[in-house]
Amino acid sequence: MKNTIKGFALSALCVAISGQALGQDTPQPGGEIVVTYQNDVATLDPAIGYDWQNWSMIKSLFDGLMDYEPGTTELKNDLAEHYEISEDGLTYTFTLRPGVTFHNGREMTAADVKYSLERTVNPQTQSPGAGFFSSIEGFDEVSSGEVTELSGISTPDERTVEITLSAPDATFLHVMALNFASVVPQEAVEAAGRDFGKQPVGTGAYMLDEWALGQRLTFVKNEDYFREGIPYIDKIDFEIGQEPNVALMRLQRGEVDIAGDGIPPAQFLQFRDDPEFENLMVVGDQLHTGYMTMNVNIPPLDDVKVRQAINMAINKARIVRVINGRATPANQPLPPAMPGYDESYEGYPYDVEQARALLEEAGYGDGFETELFVMNTDPQPRIAQAIQQDLAQIGIKADITSLAQANVIAAGGEQEQAPLIWSGGMAWIADFPDPSNFWGPILGCEGAVPGGWNWAWYCNEELDARADEANAMVDPDQQEERAELWGEIFTTAMDDAPWVPIFNEQRFTVHSARMGGDDALYVDPVHVPVNYDYIWVK
Amino acid sequence: MAWFIAKRIAYSLLILLGVTFITYLLLYMIPADPARQIAGRSATAEVVANIRHQLGLDLPFYEQYFRYLVNLVQGDFGRSYVQRSEVATLIEARIGPTLQLMAAGIGFELLIGVTLGIVAALKRNSVLDQLLMAFSFIGVSSPHFIAAMLALYVFAVQLEWFPLGGYGEVKHLMLPAITLGVLGSGWYSRMVRSSMIEVLHQDFIRTARAKGLKRLRVLLRHVLPNAIIPVIPMIGIDIGIFMSGLVVVEAVFGWPGLGQLAWQAIQQVDIPVIVGVTTLSAVAIILGNLVADLAVLFVDPRIDINKS
Repeated sequence: MKNTIKGFALSALCVAISGQALGQDTPQPGGEIVVTYQNDVATLDPAIGYDWQNWSMIKSLFDGLMDYEPGTTELKNDLAEHYEISEDGLTYTFTLRPGVTFHNGREMTAADVKYSLERTVNPQTQSPGAGFFSSIEGFDEVSSGEVTELSGISTPDERTVEITLSAPDATFLHVMALNFASVVPQEAVEAAGRDFGKQPVGTGAYMLDEWALGQRLTFVKNEDYFREGIPYIDKIDFEIGQEPNVALMRLQRGEVDIAGDGIPPAQFLQFRDDPEFENLMVVGDQLHTGYMTMNVNIPPLDDVKVRQAINMAINKARIVRVINGRATPANQPLPPAMPGYDESYEGYPYDVEQARALLEEAGYGDGFETELFVMNTDPQPRIAQAIQQDLAQIGIKADITSLAQANVIAAGGEQEQAPLIWSGGMAWIADFPDPSNFWGPILGCEGAVPGGWNWAWYCNEELDARADEANAMVDPDQQEERAELWGEIFTTAMDDAPWVPIFNEQRFTVHSARMGGDDALYVDPVHVPVNYDYIWVK
Repeated sequence: MAWFIAKRIAYSLLILLGVTFITYLLLYMIPADPARQIAGRSATAEVVANIRHQLGLDLPFYEQYFRYLVNLVQGDFGRSYVQRSEVATLIEARIGPTLQLMAAGIGFELLIGVTLGIVAALKRNSVLDQLLMAFSFIGVSSPHFIAAMLALYVFAVQLEWFPLGGYGEVKHLMLPAITLGVLGSGWYSRMVRSSMIEVLHQDFIRTARAKGLKRLRVLLRHVLPNAIIPVIPMIGIDIGIFMSGLVVVEAVFGWPGLGQLAWQAIQQVDIPVIVGVTTLSAVAIILGNLVADLAVLFVDPRIDINKS
C-alpha cells in the first residue's frame, strides 16, 4: 500500500491548485507585521498548548510528520518525506525529510520523533493531548507511568520511524498532524526544564526571538527552514494585552495588521456594514457545531417523538440573528467543512404545527416542564432564552439553569442531571478535520459515561459498530467511501434525534489593507486562526 | 513607638493569613477541577487521577493549604496551571508596570483632588464649588470601563494627543494615569474641601490673618498642612480601591500589569495565579495602611499613639 508516488502527485496537484487560488497577487518576501491579542499567550510548548490563540503560533514554530495544505483541511506530508501503511493497517513507516534542522542548528532525526511522542504521552508532561495517541501500542503502560517508552515506536535508522497501532485507525495521520505530535529536541527540552513553553525550540518556519511576559512576543523568520521561500514575513510582533475595541481602532490607524481577537460582538454589525472594511474582514468556516442535547434517559425526552418535536420547534434562523448573523443554521451534527457532511440531508424542518402534532401523538399535547442548562456568559443565556421561547410555543416550559462552564459540564456528565443542555461556549470544535472526532466523545457510547461529553447519553451500539468500521478504513482509496459512511452514521443518528443541531459558527478575522494572501489563510480551518507561514505583506 | 509598629505588623500578618485562607478555601470549593482542565477532554480517568496526585490535589484541604503556606514563606507561589510557569515569575514581570501606574495614578489623584478641594473650599457655596463637587461626584461614580474607553477615544483617537495603548515610555503612561487620577480624585477633593473648611474656621487661622500674613501664606503654611492630615490614611485605603480599578484600566489601555494577569487568571480558573495575585494585593493594601498610619505620626506630632 505504498502511497509515496500517489501522495506526491496529490500534493503537487494541491500545491498547484492552492497556488492558483492564492496567486491573485504574487507573494512578496520580507516585511514586518503587528498582530494583537487581548490575553497573554499561555504556553508555546506543543505538548501542552491547547487553545485557539497559541494553536497556530505553535504550528509556526514546530513541525510534525504531517500537516495540511494552507487554508484547507487536506493532509500533506510535513517532516515525513513519505510514508507507508502496512496491509493490515497497523504499521505506519515514515521516512523523514533529510537535512531538517532545529532552531538550535542540530539535525532532526528519527529519535527526536520518538522522544517527542513519548514526551507527550508521559503523564509527567501533563499534556492535554496525550489521549489522542491511545491507539499506539504501549500507550497504556506509558500512560500509567510504568514505563516511559512506547513499545509501538521503533527507529530502525536515523530517517525511519515505525509506528505500530493496537487497532487500525483511519484518523492516525490526522493525529500525527496535531500540535501534540510536533517534533522537539530532547536537549532543549531538558535544558529549559518545565519552562520549555517559554523557550520553544522547533523546526518551524519561525523562531521565537523575544517574549516580554504580558507585553510582546516576537517571531523571526527561520532562514534555514526546509521549505524554500517560506515564511514570507521576516518578523511578527504579537502585542499582548490589547482590548479588542482598541485593537480595531489601532488597525484603522494602520498601527496593527491583524486584530487577533476579531470583532467584539457589540461592534460587529457596524463593522460589517462599513464599506471601509469590506475587503479587510474575512469570513471562514470553522469545524464547529452548536447544538442542544436532549438526555435520552430522562422522561419525557426518552420518547423519540418528543425529541423530534423539539427539533421542529426551534427557529434556528432567529437564533443566528440573536448572535448578529455570525453563524449559519445547522441541520446535522457535522459542520459543512467536515468530510462526510451530507449536503442532500434536509434535517428537521422548522414546523411548529407538526411539532405540536408530534407532541400530541406522544401523549404530551398539554406540554410538560423541563430544564435547560446553559453556560452563564454572553451570548449563551440569550440563545437559551430564544430556545425557551420556541419551546413555549409548543407548550414546553423550560426553566433556564445558567451556570459556570465547569458546572454545566459536570451536570452533563451525570446521567440523570440535565435534561437539556445548550452546548454553546463549551463544545464542540473539532481537533482535526475528521468526522470520527465528532462521534466518539459526543455521540458514541464511549462518551456516554459519567464525566463524559456525550450529554445526550445517546448510545446506539449498531451505529457505534459502523463507526468502528469507518475508523478501520485506512486505505487512502477508501476515503471517499469512508466519508460517505460517516455521513450516513450521523444522519441515521438524527432519526433518533438526540440533538438539535442549531448553528455552525463562522470565524472572522480583520486585517489591514497591506496584508496579502488568500482569505482562507486568515481563517485557516487547521492553523487556527491565521496561517502565519503563508501570509505576506504587499 | 517600636511597640506600636510591632503590634501593627503582627496584626497585618494575621490579616494576611486570613486573606490567604479565605481565598484558598473559596477556590478549593468552586467546582472547577484543575486536574481535569489540564488533562483535556480526551483524557482517561487514570490520567486525571495521576495529574491530581502530581499537583497534590488529592490531599485534604488543610494539608494543601499548609503546603501552600510553607512554600509561600519561602517565596514560592507555585506554578500556573495554564501557563505552566512559576507564578512568582509571572508576577515579577507584571509588578513593575503596576507600581508605575499606581504611583502615577495616585499622584494625579492627589494633584487633581487636592487642588479642586482647595479651590472648592475657598469658593465654598459658589457656583464653582458646586460644579467642582458635581465633577468629583461624576468621577467617583463613573464606570471605569466606559470612562477609560471614552478617554481613549477622545484623547488618543480623535485628538491624537496620546498613543493608543502601549507600554514603555512616559507618553504611554500619561493617559491611563490621568484617567485613574480623574476617576479617583473625587474622594480627595471632597475630603480636602471639608477638612479645609473646618480648619479655616479655627482660631489659629484667624490669629494668623490678624497678624497681617498674606492670604497665600496663611493658606500654604497654616491651612493646608492641617487640612491634609486626613488625606494621608486615605492613600493607604486607596491602594486597595486602586487594585480593582487597575483590572479594567489596564485591560483597556493594554497596560501589562497585575490587573490584567488577575483578570486572565480568573477567566481561566488558574487557581495558583489567583491566590498569588490576591495575596500580593493584600500585602499591598496592608503595607499601604501601615505606611499611612506611620506617616500621619510624622506629619502631625500631636497624635498620641498610646491613645490611638
